[in-house]
Amino acid sequence: MNIIEIRGICKTYDKKTLPVHALNGIDLTFQKGEFASIVGPSGSGKTTLLNIIGGLDDPTDGVILIDGVNITALSGRKKTQFRMKNIGFVFQSFNLIPVFTVKENVEFIMHLQGISKEEREKRTNELLDAVGLNDKKNNRPNKLSGGQQQRVAVARALASKPKFILADEPTANLDSKSTENLLDIMEKLNQEENITFIFSTHDSRVVNKARRVITIEDGKVISDISN
Amino acid sequence: MLWLLSWKNIWRNKLRSIVVITAVTLGVFAGIFMIAFMNGMVEDRIKSVIRTEISHIQIHQPDFKENHDFSLRINNADSLIQKIIQTKYVAAVCKRIIISSLVASAETNTGVIITGIVPDEEKKVTNISDKIIVGKYFEGRGKNAVVIGKKFVEKLKVTINKKIIITLQDINKNITSGAFRVVGIYETDNTMYDEANVFVRYNDLCILTGLNDTETHEIAVLLTKNESSETVKQELKKNFPELEVQDWMELSPEAGYLVSAMDQYMIIFILIILLALCFGIINTMLMVVLERVKELGMLMAVGMSKPRVFFMIMLETVYLSLTGGLIGIVSGYIICKHLEKAGLNLYFWKEVYSSVGYSSFIYPTIDFQMIVFTTWMVILTGILSALYPAYKALKLNPAEATRTE
Repeated sequence: MNIIEIRGICKTYDKKTLPVHALNGIDLTFQKGEFASIVGPSGSGKTTLLNIIGGLDDPTDGVILIDGVNITALSGRKKTQFRMKNIGFVFQSFNLIPVFTVKENVEFIMHLQGISKEEREKRTNELLDAVGLNDKKNNRPNKLSGGQQQRVAVARALASKPKFILADEPTANLDSKSTENLLDIMEKLNQEENITFIFSTHDSRVVNKARRVITIEDGKVISDISN
Repeated sequence: MLWLLSWKNIWRNKLRSIVVITAVTLGVFAGIFMIAFMNGMVEDRIKSVIRTEISHIQIHQPDFKENHDFSLRINNADSLIQKIIQTKYVAAVCKRIIISSLVASAETNTGVIITGIVPDEEKKVTNISDKIIVGKYFEGRGKNAVVIGKKFVEKLKVTINKKIIITLQDINKNITSGAFRVVGIYETDNTMYDEANVFVRYNDLCILTGLNDTETHEIAVLLTKNESSETVKQELKKNFPELEVQDWMELSPEAGYLVSAMDQYMIIFILIILLALCFGIINTMLMVVLERVKELGMLMAVGMSKPRVFFMIMLETVYLSLTGGLIGIVSGYIICKHLEKAGLNLYFWKEVYSSVGYSSFIYPTIDFQMIVFTTWMVILTGILSALYPAYKALKLNPAEATRTE
C-alpha cells in the first residue's frame, strides 16, 4: 500500500532572477514499512525533496499524496496540523529544546496534540525504553552525548504516531559507534513496529542498512534500487 | 506546557534576562515612587490650602474678593453662622474682617492684608495657631495684639513683643492708626502667605475701624471631608442667594488645577517610562528570536501552529515585563507605604519648596487604583513589545530555519 505518492515534483528557486532547478520532475512512491535512503551529492536536491515530502516547502509543480491526501493543496494551517499528526522529523543537528528535559522533549508534540497526561507519560516511557534512554529522562539535552540526543529526537519523532519518519542526514553529526547504535534502533523499530523511515544521507553506513536506495542527481532520480 | 516552556525560555540567558528585568523594575519603581511623591506634594499642598489658608468654603458679599472693598460687609454674621453650622458636613465656621492696610515698624513700612479673627473660633477652622514658632497665639494678652508671619517679620525687621503701627481706613473712610504688639510669629509652608497675612483680634479691629461686631467681610467654613465641598457649596448658595459662596477650588484655582491635572500627569509619566522600556524589551526579544531561529523552525516543522509560536514569544515577553514590573510595583508600594507614615524630609530644599507654597517634609501617597493601573500598563507594554519580535518569528520558513547554522 502506497503511503507516499510523488508525481512530477519540480522545484525552482528564484524563478524571476536566476532560476535554480532543484528538482526536475520526481516521481516516486513509498510503501508502509519501508526503510529507504535518498542519496546523492551535495546540491542534488535530497533535502529539498525531503522538505517537500514533509510539507515544509511547496513544490513549484507536481503533487504529493500522503495516504491519498494531496498535501500540496493544503492551506498553511492545515498543513501544519497534517505534519503534526502524520509526519515525524529527525534533523541533522538534533534540534531538541534545550530548556526541556528528555521526557519533556518527547512529550511536547503529544501535548500539542492534546493527548491526556496519563497517555503522554505512558507513551513517553515506552518510547524512551525503545531508544534506551529511560534512565536519562530527567536530564537536559546538554547532559547527553550527540548519539543520545539523536535517539531522543527519534523518540520525539515517534511520539505523535506518525505515518512515516523523515530523517535529514541523521548521522552527520555522530561518531561511528553512535551511528551504529542509532541505526540499530531505527532498524528495530522499522522491523518490529513496521515504522516507515526515509533518510537523506551521505553516510555509507546508513545506505548499507537501507533496504531501498534512491539516488538523485541534478534534481532527478537516476536510480532506485531495492534490496 | 507552552506556559512552562516560555518561562524556561526566559532563563536561557540569565544575565540578559536579569538586565531586562532590572531595567523594568527600576523603571516601574521610579514611576511608582515619583507618582507617590507628586501625590504627596499635591495632597500636602491642598491640605495646607484648606487647613491653613482658606478653609473649604468662604462666603462674601459679591465682588468682595475682587477689590477687598471695605463697605462690602455681611450683616448679621452671627445669625448666619448659626444657620451654617447646622448644615450637614460642616465641622466649624468662623468670621473674619479683612482690610488692606499699611503696617509700619521702627525701621520700615509695607502694605499687607490685616485679618481680624476670633481666635477661639479661628482655631477650629484653620491651624495658624499650630504654626506659631515664637510667642503665643493671642493667649493671655491684652488688647491690640498681632500675630505675624516669619517672612513678614524679616521684611518689617521687628521681633516678638515689639510694636507695629497699623494704618487703615475706618467705617467713615477716614485714615486711622493703631499700635499693635507682636505676640506671636507663625511660619507656614508658604512664605508668600506668611509675608502677606497679619492677624489681629476681631474686636480690636472693630474698635479701630468703628465696625459693629455683627458685621464681617468673610465667613470661612471647614467641612468634615474635602469631597463634600461641592454639595455644601450648593446648599449654602441655595440658602444665601444674595451672597457669593465659593469652595476652595474656586478660591485657589491653582490647587484645584493640581488635583484635576495630577491624574493626567501620572498617566503620562507612567506611559513615557513604559514606552522607553518597550524599546528595550523589543530589542531583547528580537535577539531572542534571532538566536532561536533553528529551534523555532523545528517547532513549526513538528506541528506547532503559528498562533502558538506567536503566543509563546508573547508569553516570554510578558513574563519578562511582568516579573520586572511586579518587583518594581511591590518594592515601590512597600517603600511608598513606609514613607507615607515616616515622611521624607527634604530640609536642604526647604527654601525652594516654601517659596512656591510646598512643604519640604513630604509624605508620598499611593493608592491601590494606581497600582492596578500600572500593573495593567506593564502587561500591555509586554504584549505590545512582543508584537514585532513575534511577527519576525512567524515569518520564518521552517525548512530554511531548521538548517540555519
